[in-house]
Amino acid sequence: MTNKILNLFDPILIFSAALMGVALYMIFIWAPTETNQGAVQRILYFHVPIAWGAMLGIFVVSGSSIMYLWKKEEKWDRLAVASAEVGVVFGGLMLLTGMIWARPVWSVWWTGEAKLTTALILFFIYVAYLMFRAYFPPGAQRQRLAAIIGVIGAVDTPIIYFAANLWAQAHPPIITGPVADSDSALGSDLGTVLLVATVAFSFLFVYLVQSRYKIRKSEDDLVELKRASSASVMTGAG
Amino acid sequence: MKGSLAVIWAIGRKDLLLEIRNKDVVVAVAGFALLVLVIFTVAIDLNQANAKLVGPGVLWAGIAFAGVTGLNRAFALEVEGGTLEALMLAPISRDLIYFGKALGNFLFIAVAQIIVIPVFAVLFNLVVFRWEMLAISLLTTIGFSAVGTLFAAMAVRVRAREVMLPLLFLPVVVPLLMAAIESTSQVVNGRSWSDMSEWLQLAIAFDLAFIVISAFLFQHILED
Repeated sequence: MTNKILNLFDPILIFSAALMGVALYMIFIWAPTETNQGAVQRILYFHVPIAWGAMLGIFVVSGSSIMYLWKKEEKWDRLAVASAEVGVVFGGLMLLTGMIWARPVWSVWWTGEAKLTTALILFFIYVAYLMFRAYFPPGAQRQRLAAIIGVIGAVDTPIIYFAANLWAQAHPPIITGPVADSDSALGSDLGTVLLVATVAFSFLFVYLVQSRYKIRKSEDDLVELKRASSASVMTGAG
Repeated sequence: MKGSLAVIWAIGRKDLLLEIRNKDVVVAVAGFALLVLVIFTVAIDLNQANAKLVGPGVLWAGIAFAGVTGLNRAFALEVEGGTLEALMLAPISRDLIYFGKALGNFLFIAVAQIIVIPVFAVLFNLVVFRWEMLAISLLTTIGFSAVGTLFAAMAVRVRAREVMLPLLFLPVVVPLLMAAIESTSQVVNGRSWSDMSEWLQLAIAFDLAFIVISAFLFQHILED
C-alpha cells in the first residue's frame, strides 16, 4: 500500500468508479420508469445506498469508539473521525435526497415518520461529535471524550427509534401524495438496481474513509515531527 | 455500599450548600424557563383548545433549554476554583464523583420545576397537579441530570462550552423529551396512568441506560 493520499490507481477507487458507471446506466437507462411515482422514483436508487452509507458510518464510529476506549490505540480514533466525517456527508445527502423524493410522492418535504425523525436526530448527534472535536485542543483527551460521544450516540440510537415509532403512532405522519407503498410494482428490477448501487456506494464510502484516515495519519505525523524538531532545537541551543 | 452513599451525599451536599448560599443555578434555570413560557404565551394566541395542544411541548422545551444553562454551571465552578483536581485527588472511585455531581444537578432542576410547573398551570390554564405529573417530572429530571452531568463535565473543557453543551445534550435527550411531552399532554387531557404507561416505561429505560453508561464512561473524562 502506497502512502500517497490521493492515489488515482487505488483499486478500491477504480472498482467503485466502474461500478458507479454501471449503476448510473442501470438507474437512468436500464430500469423501467415506475408507474405510480414516475421518474421521481429513480431518486430512491441514490437515496437508499446513501442512507446505507450513513448507517455504515454510524456503525463504524460506535465500533471504533468502543475499541478506542478499550485499547487506547490511535488507529481506532482515526477510523472513528474519518467515518464520522464521511458519515455526516452521506447523512446530509440522505436527508436532502429523501426530501426531494418525498415532496412529489408524499406531497410534503418532511413528516414525523419514525425513520425520518431518527435519522435527523442521529445526524445532529454526529454533527455535534465533529463540532466537539473541532473545538477541543488535539491530544489523547480529545480522543477519549470524542469516543464517549460515539458510545452515547450508539446507546441512544435504539431508544430514539423506539420513541420516534411511538410518537408516530400518536401523530400519524401526513402522507397524501401518489403513495409510495406500490414500490413492489418494480419487483426484482428494483432489487437489482439497488443492490448494484449499494455496492458501488459502499466502495465509495470505504475509499473516502480510507483517504481521510491517511490524511489524519499524516496530520498526526506532522505534529509529531514538529514536536521532535522543536525539542532538538531546544536541546541544541541549551 | 453505605460508604459509597456517604461519599455521594458528601459531594451532593457540598453543591447544595453552595447553592443555598448563592442560589445561582436554581434562579437561573427557573428564570430562564419562566421566560420561555411567557414568550410563548405572547407568541401563540392561547385559548382553551390550543393550550392543551402546545402547552406540554412549551413547558418541556423551556425546562430543557433552561436545564442546559444550569448544567453549564455544574462544573464551571469546579474548574474556575481548581476544585476538580481536589475531587480527583480524593481516594474515592470516579463514578461516585459522577453520582454526587448528578445528585446536585437533579436537585437543582427539580427545585426549579417546583417553581416553573405551577406558573405553567396558571399561564396556560391547565390542570397539572396530579401524581402522574410528579412521576413524569421526576423521571425526566433523572434523565436530564444523568446525561447532562456527563456532557457538562466534557463541555467544561472546551472554550465554547456554552455552545457545546446544548449541541451535545439536546439531541441525545430527544426521546426523553418526547416521553415527557406526550405523557404531560395525557395529564392535561385528564387521562391517567394506563394511557401513558408506554411513555413512562420508555423514560425509565432511558434513565437506567444512561445512568449506567454515564457512570461507566465518566472515569474516562477525569482520566489524566
